[in-house]
Amino acid sequence: MIKFLLKGLLRDKSRSRMPVLVVTIGVALTVLMHAYITGFMGDLIELNARFSYGHLKVTTRGYADNIQQMPNDLALLNVNSLTADLKKQFTGLEWSPRIQFGGLVDVPDTNGETRSQGPAAGIGLDLLTPGSKEIKRLKLEKSLVRGHLPGKQGEVLLSEAFSRKLSVDPGGKITFIGSTAAGSMTIYNFTLAGTVSMGHEALDRGTIIADIEDVRLALDMDDAASEILGFFNGGFYIDDTAVSDAQIFNSANGPKSDDFTPVMKSLSQQGAMGTYVNLTKSWSKYISLIFILAMSLVLWNAGLLGGLRRYGEVGIRLAMGENKDHVYRTMIYESMMIGIAGSVIGTAFGLLFAWLIQKYGIDISGLMKGSSIMMPTEIKAKISPVDFYLGFFPGLFSTMIGTLLSGIGIYKRQTARLFKELEV
Amino acid sequence: MENSTIIRIEKLVKKFPMGKGEFTALNGIDLTVGRGEFAGLIGPSGSGKTTLLNVVGSLDVPSSGSVTVLDHSIGELSAKEAALLRKQNLGFIFQSYNLFAVHTVYENIEFPLLLLKYGPAERKKMVLEAIEWLGLTDKIRSKPPQLSGGECQRVAIARAMVKKPSLVLADEPTANLDAANSHNILKTMEVLNRELKTTFLFATHDEKVISYLRRKIFLADGKVINDERVTS
Repeated sequence: MIKFLLKGLLRDKSRSRMPVLVVTIGVALTVLMHAYITGFMGDLIELNARFSYGHLKVTTRGYADNIQQMPNDLALLNVNSLTADLKKQFTGLEWSPRIQFGGLVDVPDTNGETRSQGPAAGIGLDLLTPGSKEIKRLKLEKSLVRGHLPGKQGEVLLSEAFSRKLSVDPGGKITFIGSTAAGSMTIYNFTLAGTVSMGHEALDRGTIIADIEDVRLALDMDDAASEILGFFNGGFYIDDTAVSDAQIFNSANGPKSDDFTPVMKSLSQQGAMGTYVNLTKSWSKYISLIFILAMSLVLWNAGLLGGLRRYGEVGIRLAMGENKDHVYRTMIYESMMIGIAGSVIGTAFGLLFAWLIQKYGIDISGLMKGSSIMMPTEIKAKISPVDFYLGFFPGLFSTMIGTLLSGIGIYKRQTARLFKELEV
Repeated sequence: MENSTIIRIEKLVKKFPMGKGEFTALNGIDLTVGRGEFAGLIGPSGSGKTTLLNVVGSLDVPSSGSVTVLDHSIGELSAKEAALLRKQNLGFIFQSYNLFAVHTVYENIEFPLLLLKYGPAERKKMVLEAIEWLGLTDKIRSKPPQLSGGECQRVAIARAMVKKPSLVLADEPTANLDAANSHNILKTMEVLNRELKTTFLFATHDEKVISYLRRKIFLADGKVINDERVTS
């Protein structure tokens, strides 16, 4: 019987082509959307992790409570020792101390008077230790526009747009004006080694990047750091592990009332990042649900139209002694075949388009002008294992739900009317 | 052979709701049909012949009275039991053939055997036998749209006969055929009736069909008004 149905399905193009086409399109869109969102959200998360949040972040409790103000008076102390402990306790992560700071960057003229000046957000990180992964993590080599990366103490990077605005070129002198961790004023001279373009509007507007030892000297933060960022060795954020690691660390550390007690937070426990992480986790379910509902409606209609067209066929089958539930079941088998065929083809197309976007990306830098949030300027899809089977859920469920709904008419049909219907 | 009763109808009344009242389609039919008969229900439109065929074919149930087909009381059968009776014992031939358009002649004829769950070898033997009876050997791989009306009706007959049912119900089987094809079809059915001892019950007002019948049951206003047996 299955063979008979399959032959009918393959030969009757109007019975198979339209539903397979609908399922194919729906499944392809599901797969593409999922890969696209995974890529976009993954990039967004990793971008924020690299520059700001880490996969895990250790700060003092006081700093964590006022993190928007970057209060370096509440910075971590004895950082070298703490970092060594972290490396020992959490071997699956790389730990990097950083100092976040803000102030003015002043460019003097030949007389030492201010030629230009602008507010800057700064990052102090390990640029000079041989083997430091921070340069690679922030993709500084690729981002370099002019000059070179800092090679010795006192050299810094400015964002390209910022340096243009201040009219300062690599080799030029700049002065940082800010406040030390103790709250007194600091004025510290740097040499501009090079300029970088991060490709992110929020970073490119006014960033100064310096080696952490220079920043420690400038801000009077010996063996201190605003934060120690942890990055999983695999390079990708794993929420469950991160949350678990943070819990282990926090439960082993001192009383909550102490402002200088180190606390660890996973990326998802920091600000809005939790929402992004949860959104990434639940996205596949939302996409599947939307496509199941939308395609079910379309396939319900297609099923009704097909049912009308096959009214005679169903009638003759009932007249020849086939049970109504058997006819109904065979229609569901047919819809399964259509669902599987559409899901396979749709998944193939979805993966193909997703691969193209993964490889070539979509440039949205034009949309990011003036943006204050850190978002990638190029959207790339990311194909994950779930994309190989995700489409089968909407593909199969929608065809079956569509058939279940449209096939109810079989049960409402009066057998006694078959002769009259069949003679029309 | 014709003395063994295959259909027994007693005081059959069939009413249909119509507006606030009822319409009586069959009004006190008493009839018996023996095994191997070649009989026809004859009458104008609205005389009740299709309704009677429906009840005999277990597609409908009596409002009152009793109809027994092959020892099954039609009014007491569940939907599944009625379907089983049709599947195992009854063959249907329709005016508009009602073949599966995308399936071949072979597959159309094979379908009732699939429902009866015959094995592949037995199915093949039975289908080829039916094809031979109806002279469709050269059309075995053709599909209905490639066939003439007469050929389509032959396929429909083969499909009805392949399982060798006890009773074939044919509702206006020649209505869409020309005279030559009608005679060919009727001759074929007559031969099958004689050789396989299958009972044929027609609903018709076609003179060509009537001329072949060995029993003519005339209906008018839901009643049997005349029942003639032809002695040859």
